[in-house]
Amino acid sequence: MEWIDTALVLGSRRLGEADALVELMTRDHGRHLGVVKGGRSKRWAAALQIGNRVRAVWRARLDEHVGTWTVEPLDGRAAELMASAVALNGVQTLAAHLRLLPERDPHPELFEAMAAIVDHLGEPRLAGELIVRFELAVIEALGFGLDLSACALTGATEDLAWVSPKSGRAATRAAGAPHAARLLALPAFLVGAASGEPANWGRAGIDDLLAGFRLTGHFLARHVWEPRGLNPPTTREGLVSALTRGLVNDAG
Amino acid sequence: MARHVAGAEIERLIQLLGKLPGLGPRSARRAALHLIKKKESLLAPLTAAFRAALDTVGVCSICGNVDTVEPCTVCRDATRDGSVLVVVEDVSDLWALERAGAIDARYHVLGGVLSPLDGVGPGDLAIATLVERCRQGGIREVVLAVNATVEGQTTAHYVTDQLAQLAEEGHAITVTRLAHGVPVGGELDYLDDGTLAQAMRARTKF
Repeated sequence: MEWIDTALVLGSRRLGEADALVELMTRDHGRHLGVVKGGRSKRWAAALQIGNRVRAVWRARLDEHVGTWTVEPLDGRAAELMASAVALNGVQTLAAHLRLLPERDPHPELFEAMAAIVDHLGEPRLAGELIVRFELAVIEALGFGLDLSACALTGATEDLAWVSPKSGRAATRAAGAPHAARLLALPAFLVGAASGEPANWGRAGIDDLLAGFRLTGHFLARHVWEPRGLNPPTTREGLVSALTRGLVNDAG
Repeated sequence: MARHVAGAEIERLIQLLGKLPGLGPRSARRAALHLIKKKESLLAPLTAAFRAALDTVGVCSICGNVDTVEPCTVCRDATRDGSVLVVVEDVSDLWALERAGAIDARYHVLGGVLSPLDGVGPGDLAIATLVERCRQGGIREVVLAVNATVEGQTTAHYVTDQLAQLAEEGHAITVTRLAHGVPVGGELDYLDDGTLAQAMRARTKF
């Protein structure tokens, strides 16, 4: 068995004294593990940092084997990420979310999304918005997608402002008002046809971003973390607090 | 089926030596044979040294270093600058910095780095004790000497956030970190793009 793919490094663990068990998010083969021989050496230390893009060759005698990677670095984003708490926590949060997916299940859209977000982690406002969208995409990929296109009560598509914490369906401001205390706020940057246009991304305020993280955090906890007995990644909390600090300071 | 060529005690010795870093089964066999041949001059003193270490070595309650005395030798050293605290991931990093003689300060060993992949969270590291140490006063600078990895730097940012709370309590502590860039003997052609970019950004006047 042998194939070649473009991949993003999600993490690596030591394997014995010299090798590393490396987890990659490949474009066409999903989240995939493999052994990098000599992967703990100085030669590979920089290339195998989380967020780096590599060209990976996977080889194994049988498909069910862990197999070995031969990796060639394509770009070294990790060093650039190290200056920013948003970037570091962001890239690890993305990796933690992808780890929720079944191994070897192709998700080219999530690969492309992570690659694009890693390129923009230096822009906190845009990065925050993109990560909320990424979390929605992960929830959908896991089979629990939210329906934010129309009001569950009236069918209206305008002035959507709430999401039901149970059904994950949107509600208009007026229809949801009587139940506001029990509903989750739907941030404006996720609403309307224009919200899908990349040109409109990166303009959300901190309150909307925090609402977005509360929304996705609720459904990740309800459908994924709690049923699997997992804690939310600590880096997600670090990301939200770094974003809050950064954007509040910018505003000040 | 391979036959045993030595008694159970020797096989056990080989098996245990094989668990040491850098030793595989074959090199463990050679080491065991060497120890047995030098029974009086090497095996006996080594056994005594192991016994003494087992009886006396412990983790310093102040900094997390390992030593045979409590507090450790570094914490007891009155000549060190107690106002500077170097935060390291592991005891091996403390020893490396001491070998280099780069700084005459005190240390704090975190015991690892935050790693979602390995399930290591803030509660698993000695971060709360670091904050408490700083809260007690007398520290003006904390040097974050953690590895230049994504996990290491995430830990550095987390520690910085925790120490920032002390500023609100009136403690004036400067948090610094090690420089990133071209290592001595490093050839630019072989460095990864990110390190090169980082080194260029952090260039200094010559």
